[in-house]
Amino acid sequence: MEKQILVAGFGGQGVLSIGLFLTHAALLEGHNVAYVPSYGAEMRGGTANCIVTIADGEISSPLTDSPAQAIIMNQPSLDRFEARVQPGGVLVINRSLVERMPQRRDLTTLELPLNRLAEEGGFGRGANMIMLGAYIAHTGIVNVDTVLGSFDKIFKGKRASVIEQNREAFSFGIEYARAHW
Amino acid sequence: MKGNEALAEGAVIAGCRYFFGYPITPQSEVAEYLARRLPQVGGVFLQAESELAAINMVYGGAATGARVMTGSSGPGLSLKQEGISFIAEAELPCVIANISRGGPGLGGIQPAQSDYMQACKGGGHGDYHLVVLAPSSVQEMMDFAIEAFDLADRYRTPVLIMSEGMLGQMMEPVEVRDFVTPAYEKPWAVTGCAGRKPNIVNTLHLPPDELEARNHVLAAKYARLQAEQKRAELFMTEEAELIVVAYGLLSRVAKKAVADLRAQGLRVGLVRPITLWPFPDTFLEACMPAARAFMSIEISMGQMVEDVRLAVNGRAPVDFFGRIGVVPSPREVRDAIEDVAKRRGLA
Amino acid sequence: MKKVLAMPQSLTGARWHYCPGCGHGIIHRLVAESMDELGIRERTIGICPVGCAVLAYDYFNCDMLEAAHGRAPAVATGIKRILGDRVVFTYQGDGDLASIGMGEIVHAASRGEKITVFFVNNTVYGMTGGQMAPTTLLGQVTTTSPFGRDKDREGYPMKVAELLSTLEGAAYVTRVAINTPANAARAKKAIKRAFEVQMAGTGFSLVEILSTCPTNWGLGPVEAMKWLEEKMIPYYPLGDYKVKEAQ
Ligand SMILES: Cc1ncc(C[n+]2csc(CCOP(=O)(O)OP(=O)(O)O)c2C)c(N)n1
Ligand code: SF4
Repeated sequence: MEKQILVAGFGGQGVLSIGLFLTHAALLEGHNVAYVPSYGAEMRGGTANCIVTIADGEISSPLTDSPAQAIIMNQPSLDRFEARVQPGGVLVINRSLVERMPQRRDLTTLELPLNRLAEEGGFGRGANMIMLGAYIAHTGIVNVDTVLGSFDKIFKGKRASVIEQNREAFSFGIEYARAHW
Repeated sequence: MKGNEALAEGAVIAGCRYFFGYPITPQSEVAEYLARRLPQVGGVFLQAESELAAINMVYGGAATGARVMTGSSGPGLSLKQEGISFIAEAELPCVIANISRGGPGLGGIQPAQSDYMQACKGGGHGDYHLVVLAPSSVQEMMDFAIEAFDLADRYRTPVLIMSEGMLGQMMEPVEVRDFVTPAYEKPWAVTGCAGRKPNIVNTLHLPPDELEARNHVLAAKYARLQAEQKRAELFMTEEAELIVVAYGLLSRVAKKAVADLRAQGLRVGLVRPITLWPFPDTFLEACMPAARAFMSIEISMGQMVEDVRLAVNGRAPVDFFGRIGVVPSPREVRDAIEDVAKRRGLA
Repeated sequence: MKKVLAMPQSLTGARWHYCPGCGHGIIHRLVAESMDELGIRERTIGICPVGCAVLAYDYFNCDMLEAAHGRAPAVATGIKRILGDRVVFTYQGDGDLASIGMGEIVHAASRGEKITVFFVNNTVYGMTGGQMAPTTLLGQVTTTSPFGRDKDREGYPMKVAELLSTLEGAAYVTRVAINTPANAARAKKAIKRAFEVQMAGTGFSLVEILSTCPTNWGLGPVEAMKWLEEKMIPYYPLGDYKVKEAQ
């Protein structure tokens, strides 16, 4: 198994944190992982993206131009990356910041109104955790229960209340996925 | 662990307790990590007033026999060249990290491998070489840092670790190696001459025959390094007709492209130089019987390709593909390789 | 038509890339207004440092040149020695001028080089992400002085205006700040005077300007101005350190 996941959005949406979280979670499950944040020229213009590679064997290229799955947090990212997802891949979209839906029919498209959900649930800064919860619960890219049990490890050094908030937002996402996807 | 942190922690594991540096992106993280870490292990982190000062602090530190290190990037590495030439001549062991960026001039912090010539062909004045190691993973950032100190002591030479910004930012799991630092006798160190004749660390040789003799001593050491330390990783090179040469993070992109093309039936293989100096030409030589063409892929306008041409020595065509400021994607690399294969009548 | 805030002719009007509340923007404006008032825009050549002001060539509407880190005074010397009737200034941060470029600045001042230096002291390396500068105050935490600057470990903060004022070639050396409108007005007066000293051929002129870096200090813009007043001014007293009369 080797899967590459692209996460893309605005700086400040917690895009890199999503990638880091996935990286840690996959590592705790004993997979090989590589995490590459957007870097250099890519960083300009307020966009951020990262690529996480999860594999059982040795990872050759931690970079890719055709990820198996993409988590898309805003419209510019959809415009830029829709065409690149592998045929048959998965596209997870923050519906709140995307005006048009993807045109490709060969992808599994999952959407959720992230900004609205974050507001309703009272998770101002935890929107990325809702996304992660929904994404992991639905795709099983890593085991959702293992992840839930590993929050203390993943957020090592953070205050207990902060960890708890993140866990709540994550669970909120799981429930959304189970009810809607 | 992040690449830059793995490199810094590797130095600590190797017993390095002294780091002299000056901030520059994308190297500052190495310095910042060691600013926190070295005091915990009784070491010293010192921010010098410039790279010029930093490398001379390393010169002094290395002369005491301690394991010392510095790091920089782009313009900072350029400033260090005078000091590096002195350190190489004085045969002092030390480790220098180049978390490289794009040039010339101020350039930018984008990924680049355009300091290859500076690293491998001198950089400073005089007849000298550095041992140059090129890690391609976060694990190797740590392992090579550890090994660099060993090579430095064993051969009494400065060792340069050639990384680049993106590898520094990348995160991969790292297995921390059990490592016992071999203790090297350093009878040449300046430590105060109580109980022995004074030691002198010197690079000035006014009598012409003395200067030439010194250069022969250095040349003999470089010959020894060439005989003993050429290293490369071979991937799918058996019966490969087209040999791709790439190093660092880019070599992993190339590996993917090569594997894909092999699956399509193209007889292509990859040689990844691990030591950029001494350049692993023997590994290319080993591919010669089957190889009908070579190709160097770099994040530069074409630097290592010259060493590939020297190794091939006219016996096969050598092509080049390069970009600056971005790590080319697997598809781009695949297309470039296919292109060459077609042009050379191999596909 | 009522002009709300007139743009000095000596600024291009390009949008700042500086962080909100950063002192660089204010200082650029003071320098540009002084150039306008002295009518020297078309015969002025400015040198950018390596630091957050590296892009100052996008902002100053006069001939500009970008130098290597710390070398601006040497580059300025080269220009001034060939074009003696032009007005040449450098604009440098504390890392650029007082760390890597200490050799160049001391010798330019000592030679009495007829250039003007605007030295922006914000106690940190802004551009590279908040490392220690020679001007970092004792106890101040930065990414490379994570335990707070300690005199025994990192040495004392450098007082540049005092240091350079001891050199014979220095004609005008002063320290100003931008934390209040009154101080900014004084800063502008000093900037103009520094240009005038150069034009009169009296010698080397330098204005040290205490400024803010809210981003790397981890403070809001208003708090940063307060920090400047409470922490910086006591250690870096404002005022003239050298005033040589024109011969
Ligand atoms: C030779 C060299 N070394 C290091 C750097 C990296 N560098 C860029 S800006 C800077 C420091 C800037 O700090 P300062 O001069 O205080 O200006 P500020 O950004 O605070 O305005 C450094 C070290 C470089 N560009 N060139
Ligand atoms: S980092 Fe500091 S000096 Fe640089 S623009 Fe931001 S506030 Fe200004």
